[in-house]
Amino acid sequence: MELAAVSGSLAAIGYGLAAIGPGIGVGLVFAAYIQSTARQPESSRMTLPYVWIGFAVIEALALLGIAFGFIWAQGQ
Amino acid sequence: MIGQALALKSEVPFPPSVEDFYLPSILPWGEHNNYWVTKITVLVWLAAAAIIIYFLLSYRNPQLVPTKKQWIAESIYGFVRNNVAVDMLGHRGVAFAPYFTTLFCFVLLTNFFSILPVVQISPNSHIAFPTVLAVISYVLFIYVGIRHHGFVKFFRNALIPPAPWFILPLLIPIEFFSTFIVRPITLALRLFANMFAGHMILLVFTLGGFVLLNSESLFIKPASVVSWAMSIALTFLELLVIVLQAYVFVVLTASYVQGALADEH
Repeated sequence: MELAAVSGSLAAIGYGLAAIGPGIGVGLVFAAYIQSTARQPESSRMTLPYVWIGFAVIEALALLGIAFGFIWAQGQ
Repeated sequence: MIGQALALKSEVPFPPSVEDFYLPSILPWGEHNNYWVTKITVLVWLAAAAIIIYFLLSYRNPQLVPTKKQWIAESIYGFVRNNVAVDMLGHRGVAFAPYFTTLFCFVLLTNFFSILPVVQISPNSHIAFPTVLAVISYVLFIYVGIRHHGFVKFFRNALIPPAPWFILPLLIPIEFFSTFIVRPITLALRLFANMFAGHMILLVFTLGGFVLLNSESLFIKPASVVSWAMSIALTFLELLVIVLQAYVFVVLTASYVQGALADEH
Protein backbone atom coordinates (compact mmCIF):
# COMPACT_ATOMS: atom_id res chain seq x y z
CA MET A 1 0.00 0.00 0.00
CA GLU A 2 1.39 3.37 -0.96
CA LEU A 3 0.46 6.27 1.27
CA ALA A 4 2.37 8.89 -0.66
CA ALA A 5 4.53 8.99 -3.73
CA VAL A 6 6.88 11.64 -5.01
CA SER A 7 8.06 11.85 -8.58
CA GLY A 8 10.56 14.10 -10.26
CA SER A 9 13.49 15.86 -8.70
CA LEU A 10 13.73 16.49 -4.97
CA ALA A 11 16.65 18.87 -5.50
CA ALA A 12 14.63 21.95 -4.56
CA ILE A 13 13.56 20.42 -1.23
CA GLY A 14 17.11 19.25 -0.59
CA TYR A 15 18.48 22.70 -1.28
CA GLY A 16 15.87 24.22 1.01
CA LEU A 17 17.03 21.95 3.82
CA ALA A 18 20.68 22.68 3.02
CA ALA A 19 20.08 26.42 3.22
CA ILE A 20 18.80 26.30 6.82
CA GLY A 21 22.26 26.02 8.38
CA PRO A 22 23.95 28.82 6.41
CA GLY A 23 20.84 30.95 6.95
CA ILE A 24 21.21 30.67 10.70
CA GLY A 25 24.96 31.18 10.43
CA VAL A 26 24.73 34.35 8.37
CA GLY A 27 22.11 35.64 10.81
CA LEU A 28 24.46 35.02 13.73
CA VAL A 29 27.32 36.85 12.01
CA PHE A 30 25.31 40.00 11.40
CA ALA A 31 23.59 39.80 14.80
CA ALA A 32 27.00 39.76 16.45
CA TYR A 33 28.19 42.65 14.30
CA ILE A 34 25.15 44.78 15.05
CA GLN A 35 25.43 44.05 18.75
CA SER A 36 29.13 44.82 18.91
CA THR A 37 28.59 48.06 16.99
CA ALA A 38 25.75 49.07 19.27
CA ARG A 39 27.89 48.45 22.34
CA GLN A 40 31.03 50.05 20.95
CA PRO A 41 30.30 52.20 17.89
CA GLU A 42 33.95 53.13 17.30
CA SER A 43 34.82 49.45 16.70
CA SER A 44 32.52 49.21 13.67
CA ARG A 45 35.23 49.81 11.04
CA MET A 46 37.66 47.47 12.76
CA THR A 47 35.29 44.50 12.80
CA LEU A 48 33.85 45.00 9.31
CA PRO A 49 36.47 42.93 7.37
CA TYR A 50 35.89 40.03 9.77
CA VAL A 51 32.14 40.31 9.18
CA TRP A 52 32.59 39.92 5.43
CA ILE A 53 35.10 37.10 5.78
CA GLY A 54 32.82 35.24 8.18
CA PHE A 55 29.82 35.91 5.99
CA ALA A 56 31.67 34.66 2.90
CA VAL A 57 32.88 31.49 4.58
CA ILE A 58 29.38 30.62 5.82
CA GLU A 59 27.73 31.60 2.56
CA ALA A 60 30.07 29.18 0.76
CA LEU A 61 28.15 26.31 2.38
CA ALA A 62 24.86 27.41 0.85
CA LEU A 63 26.57 27.90 -2.50
CA LEU A 64 28.13 24.43 -2.34
CA GLY A 65 24.53 23.24 -2.02
CA ILE A 66 23.56 24.97 -5.29
CA ALA A 67 26.62 23.73 -7.17
CA PHE A 68 26.42 20.11 -6.05
CA GLY A 69 22.69 20.03 -6.70
CA PHE A 70 23.43 20.61 -10.37
CA ILE A 71 26.51 18.38 -10.47
CA TRP A 72 24.76 15.36 -8.98
CA ALA A 73 21.56 15.93 -10.93
CA GLN A 74 23.44 14.64 -14.02
CA GLY A 75 23.92 11.24 -12.39
CA GLN A 76 20.35 10.06 -12.82
CA MET B 1 0.13 19.84 -11.57
CA ILE B 2 -0.62 23.45 -12.49
CA GLY B 3 3.05 24.03 -13.22
CA GLN B 4 3.19 21.10 -15.63
CA ALA B 5 0.03 22.15 -17.43
CA LEU B 6 1.42 25.67 -17.82
CA ALA B 7 4.76 24.48 -19.09
CA LEU B 8 3.22 22.14 -21.61
CA LYS B 9 1.00 24.83 -23.02
CA SER B 10 3.72 27.33 -23.81
CA GLU B 11 6.62 27.21 -26.22
CA VAL B 12 8.90 29.00 -23.72
CA PRO B 13 11.57 26.57 -22.45
CA PHE B 14 10.44 26.96 -18.90
CA PRO B 15 12.43 25.47 -16.13
CA PRO B 16 15.75 27.11 -17.12
CA SER B 17 18.64 24.67 -17.03
CA VAL B 18 22.42 24.61 -17.24
CA GLU B 19 22.05 24.50 -21.03
CA ASP B 20 20.95 28.15 -20.96
CA PHE B 21 24.50 29.15 -20.03
CA TYR B 22 26.03 27.67 -23.19
CA LEU B 23 25.55 30.38 -25.77
CA PRO B 24 25.89 29.69 -29.49
CA SER B 25 29.26 30.27 -31.09
CA ILE B 26 30.09 33.63 -32.68
CA LEU B 27 33.15 33.04 -34.83
CA PRO B 28 31.88 30.03 -36.77
CA TRP B 29 28.53 31.83 -36.66
CA GLY B 30 25.64 30.08 -34.88
CA GLU B 31 27.37 26.75 -34.56
CA HIS B 32 26.46 24.61 -31.55
CA ASN B 33 28.94 22.70 -29.38
CA ASN B 34 31.71 25.05 -30.43
CA TYR B 35 32.88 27.26 -27.60
CA TRP B 36 36.06 28.93 -28.85
CA VAL B 37 34.57 32.38 -29.40
CA THR B 38 31.21 33.02 -27.76
CA LYS B 39 29.56 36.03 -26.18
CA ILE B 40 31.37 35.08 -22.95
CA THR B 41 34.80 35.26 -24.62
CA VAL B 42 33.99 38.62 -26.15
CA LEU B 43 32.80 39.94 -22.77
CA VAL B 44 36.03 38.96 -21.01
CA TRP B 45 38.16 40.73 -23.65
CA LEU B 46 35.82 43.69 -23.51
CA ALA B 47 36.12 43.94 -19.72
CA ALA B 48 39.92 43.76 -19.82
CA ALA B 49 40.07 46.36 -22.61
CA ALA B 50 37.61 48.69 -20.88
CA ILE B 51 39.55 48.64 -17.60
CA ILE B 52 42.94 49.21 -19.28
CA ILE B 53 41.65 52.01 -21.51
CA TYR B 54 39.70 53.70 -18.74
CA PHE B 55 42.60 53.84 -16.31
CA LEU B 56 45.07 54.90 -19.01
CA LEU B 57 42.80 57.70 -20.22
CA SER B 58 41.88 58.96 -16.77
CA TYR B 59 45.50 59.15 -15.66
CA ARG B 60 47.12 60.25 -18.92
CA ASN B 61 47.19 63.90 -17.93
CA PRO B 62 46.84 64.00 -14.12
CA GLN B 63 45.72 67.31 -12.63
CA LEU B 64 46.28 68.60 -9.14
CA VAL B 65 42.58 69.41 -9.00
CA PRO B 66 41.26 66.17 -10.50
CA THR B 67 38.79 66.04 -13.33
CA LYS B 68 35.68 63.94 -12.89
CA LYS B 69 37.19 60.92 -14.69
CA GLN B 70 40.40 61.12 -12.71
CA TRP B 71 38.46 61.51 -9.49
CA ILE B 72 36.46 58.33 -10.07
CA ALA B 73 39.57 56.32 -10.98
CA GLU B 74 41.41 57.66 -7.95
CA SER B 75 38.45 56.91 -5.67
CA ILE B 76 38.34 53.29 -6.82
CA TYR B 77 42.06 52.87 -6.31
CA GLY B 78 41.95 54.76 -3.02
CA PHE B 79 39.08 52.64 -1.75
CA VAL B 80 40.87 49.36 -2.44
CA ARG B 81 44.23 50.64 -1.18
CA ASN B 82 42.99 52.22 2.06
CA ASN B 83 39.99 50.09 2.98
CA VAL B 84 41.28 46.69 1.91
CA ALA B 85 45.04 46.58 1.35
CA VAL B 86 46.32 48.92 4.07
CA ASP B 87 43.57 48.03 6.55
CA MET B 88 44.43 44.35 6.38
CA LEU B 89 48.12 44.24 5.52
CA GLY B 90 49.41 47.43 7.15
CA HIS B 91 52.24 49.31 5.43
CA ARG B 92 53.06 46.24 3.32
CA GLY B 93 49.60 46.50 1.73
CA VAL B 94 50.55 49.38 -0.57
CA ALA B 95 52.63 47.01 -2.70
CA PHE B 96 49.59 44.78 -3.24
CA ALA B 97 47.12 47.59 -3.90
CA PRO B 98 47.58 47.68 -7.73
CA TYR B 99 46.81 43.98 -8.08
CA PHE B 100 43.86 44.17 -5.68
CA THR B 101 42.45 47.15 -7.57
CA THR B 102 42.78 45.35 -10.91
CA LEU B 103 41.14 42.27 -9.42
CA PHE B 104 38.33 44.31 -7.88
CA CYS B 105 37.61 46.21 -11.12
CA PHE B 106 37.74 43.08 -13.26
CA VAL B 107 35.42 41.06 -11.00
CA LEU B 108 33.09 44.03 -10.57
CA LEU B 109 32.84 44.71 -14.31
CA THR B 110 32.45 41.08 -15.38
CA ASN B 111 29.83 40.59 -12.65
CA PHE B 112 28.06 43.75 -13.73
CA PHE B 113 27.53 42.26 -17.21
CA SER B 114 24.93 39.97 -15.62
CA ILE B 115 22.47 42.85 -15.18
CA LEU B 116 23.59 45.17 -17.97
CA PRO B 117 20.66 45.36 -20.41
CA VAL B 118 21.21 43.42 -23.68
CA VAL B 119 24.37 41.73 -22.32
CA GLN B 120 22.78 40.10 -19.27
CA ILE B 121 25.16 37.25 -18.72
CA SER B 122 28.30 37.30 -16.64
CA PRO B 123 31.46 35.45 -17.71
CA ASN B 124 31.78 34.56 -14.03
CA SER B 125 28.72 32.32 -14.33
CA HIS B 126 31.09 29.85 -16.01
CA ILE B 127 33.36 28.16 -13.47
CA ALA B 128 36.44 28.58 -15.69
CA PHE B 129 36.88 32.32 -15.15
CA PRO B 130 36.54 32.40 -11.33
CA THR B 131 38.88 29.39 -11.24
CA VAL B 132 41.65 31.31 -13.00
CA LEU B 133 41.20 34.27 -10.64
CA ALA B 134 41.27 31.95 -7.62
CA VAL B 135 44.39 30.17 -8.87
CA ILE B 136 46.15 33.54 -9.20
CA SER B 137 45.21 34.38 -5.58
CA TYR B 138 46.34 30.90 -4.45
CA VAL B 139 49.73 31.16 -6.13
CA LEU B 140 50.06 34.76 -4.89
CA PHE B 141 49.60 34.00 -1.20
CA ILE B 142 51.86 30.93 -1.26
CA TYR B 143 54.55 32.80 -3.20
CA VAL B 144 54.38 35.82 -0.91
CA GLY B 145 54.54 33.61 2.17
CA ILE B 146 57.54 31.64 0.91
CA ARG B 147 59.35 34.82 -0.13
CA HIS B 148 58.71 36.44 3.24
CA HIS B 149 59.42 33.51 5.58
CA GLY B 150 61.33 30.99 3.51
CA PHE B 151 59.95 27.64 2.44
CA VAL B 152 60.20 25.70 5.71
CA LYS B 153 59.05 28.46 8.03
CA PHE B 154 56.07 29.33 5.82
CA PHE B 155 54.73 25.79 5.86
CA ARG B 156 55.52 25.45 9.56
CA ASN B 157 53.52 28.61 10.29
CA ALA B 158 50.72 27.57 7.99
CA LEU B 159 50.40 23.95 9.09
CA ILE B 160 51.45 23.74 12.75
CA PRO B 161 49.23 25.74 15.09
CA PRO B 162 50.44 26.44 18.62
CA ALA B 163 48.79 23.50 20.37
CA PRO B 164 49.80 20.61 22.62
CA TRP B 165 51.76 17.95 20.71
CA PHE B 166 49.20 15.17 21.16
CA ILE B 167 46.50 17.08 19.28
CA LEU B 168 48.79 17.94 16.34
CA PRO B 169 48.18 14.72 14.34
CA LEU B 170 44.56 15.83 14.19
CA LEU B 171 45.18 19.53 13.59
CA ILE B 172 47.83 19.35 10.86
CA PRO B 173 45.64 17.51 8.32
CA ILE B 174 42.76 19.89 9.10
CA GLU B 175 44.99 22.94 8.63
CA PHE B 176 46.37 21.51 5.39
CA PHE B 177 42.88 20.72 4.10
CA SER B 178 41.45 24.14 4.98
CA THR B 179 44.43 26.24 3.84
CA PHE B 180 45.64 24.52 0.70
CA ILE B 181 42.58 22.69 -0.62
CA VAL B 182 39.38 24.36 0.56
CA ARG B 183 40.57 27.98 0.14
CA PRO B 184 41.00 28.07 -3.66
CA ILE B 185 37.94 25.89 -4.24
CA THR B 186 35.60 28.04 -2.15
CA LEU B 187 37.09 31.24 -3.57
CA ALA B 188 36.25 30.14 -7.12
CA LEU B 189 32.98 28.46 -6.24
CA ARG B 190 31.62 31.41 -4.27
CA LEU B 191 31.90 33.83 -7.17
CA PHE B 192 30.73 31.26 -9.71
CA ALA B 193 27.73 30.09 -7.71
CA ASN B 194 26.58 33.61 -6.92
CA MET B 195 26.63 34.64 -10.56
CA PHE B 196 25.15 31.32 -11.69
CA ALA B 197 22.32 31.45 -9.18
CA GLY B 198 21.66 35.12 -9.92
CA HIS B 199 21.32 34.47 -13.66
CA MET B 200 19.13 31.45 -12.95
CA ILE B 201 16.80 33.43 -10.66
CA LEU B 202 16.38 36.20 -13.23
CA LEU B 203 15.66 33.56 -15.90
CA VAL B 204 13.05 31.87 -13.72
CA PHE B 205 11.10 35.08 -13.15
CA THR B 206 11.46 36.49 -16.67
CA LEU B 207 10.62 33.26 -18.50
CA GLY B 208 8.03 32.46 -15.83
CA GLY B 209 6.25 35.70 -16.77
CA PHE B 210 5.97 34.52 -20.39
CA VAL B 211 4.77 31.10 -19.28
CA LEU B 212 2.04 32.68 -17.16
CA LEU B 213 1.07 35.02 -20.00
CA ASN B 214 0.78 32.10 -22.43
CA SER B 215 -1.43 30.09 -20.10
CA GLU B 216 -5.02 29.38 -21.08
CA SER B 217 -6.70 30.58 -17.92
CA LEU B 218 -7.65 34.25 -17.92
CA PHE B 219 -7.05 34.37 -14.15
CA ILE B 220 -3.42 33.30 -14.42
CA LYS B 221 -2.42 35.73 -17.22
CA PRO B 222 -2.28 38.88 -15.05
CA ALA B 223 0.11 37.11 -12.67
CA SER B 224 2.82 37.52 -15.32
CA VAL B 225 3.03 41.21 -14.38
CA VAL B 226 3.87 40.19 -10.81
CA SER B 227 6.55 37.85 -12.11
CA TRP B 228 8.16 40.56 -14.21
CA ALA B 229 7.99 43.03 -11.32
CA MET B 230 9.78 40.44 -9.21
CA SER B 231 12.48 40.11 -11.86
CA ILE B 232 13.05 43.89 -11.76
CA ALA B 233 13.26 43.82 -7.95
CA LEU B 234 15.67 40.89 -8.07
CA THR B 235 17.84 42.77 -10.57
CA PHE B 236 18.45 45.34 -7.82
CA LEU B 237 19.27 42.51 -5.42
CA GLU B 238 21.72 41.27 -8.06
CA LEU B 239 23.37 44.70 -8.08
CA LEU B 240 23.99 44.32 -4.35
CA VAL B 241 25.38 40.80 -4.82
CA ILE B 242 27.64 41.95 -7.66
CA VAL B 243 29.34 44.65 -5.61
CA LEU B 244 29.47 42.45 -2.51
CA GLN B 245 31.08 39.51 -4.31
CA ALA B 246 33.73 41.70 -5.94
CA TYR B 247 34.52 43.15 -2.51
CA VAL B 248 34.50 39.76 -0.79
CA PHE B 249 36.82 38.25 -3.41
CA VAL B 250 39.37 41.00 -2.84
CA VAL B 251 39.01 40.96 0.95
CA LEU B 252 39.50 37.19 1.07
CA THR B 253 42.57 37.39 -1.18
CA ALA B 254 43.93 40.10 1.12
CA SER B 255 43.22 38.00 4.19
CA TYR B 256 45.05 35.00 2.69
CA VAL B 257 48.04 37.22 1.96
CA GLN B 258 47.76 38.58 5.51
CA GLY B 259 47.83 35.03 6.87
CA ALA B 260 50.89 34.23 4.76
CA LEU B 261 52.72 37.35 5.95
CA ALA B 262 51.76 37.02 9.64
CA ASP B 263 54.77 36.41 11.87
CA GLU B 264 53.14 34.10 14.39
CA HIS B 265 50.11 31.93 14.03
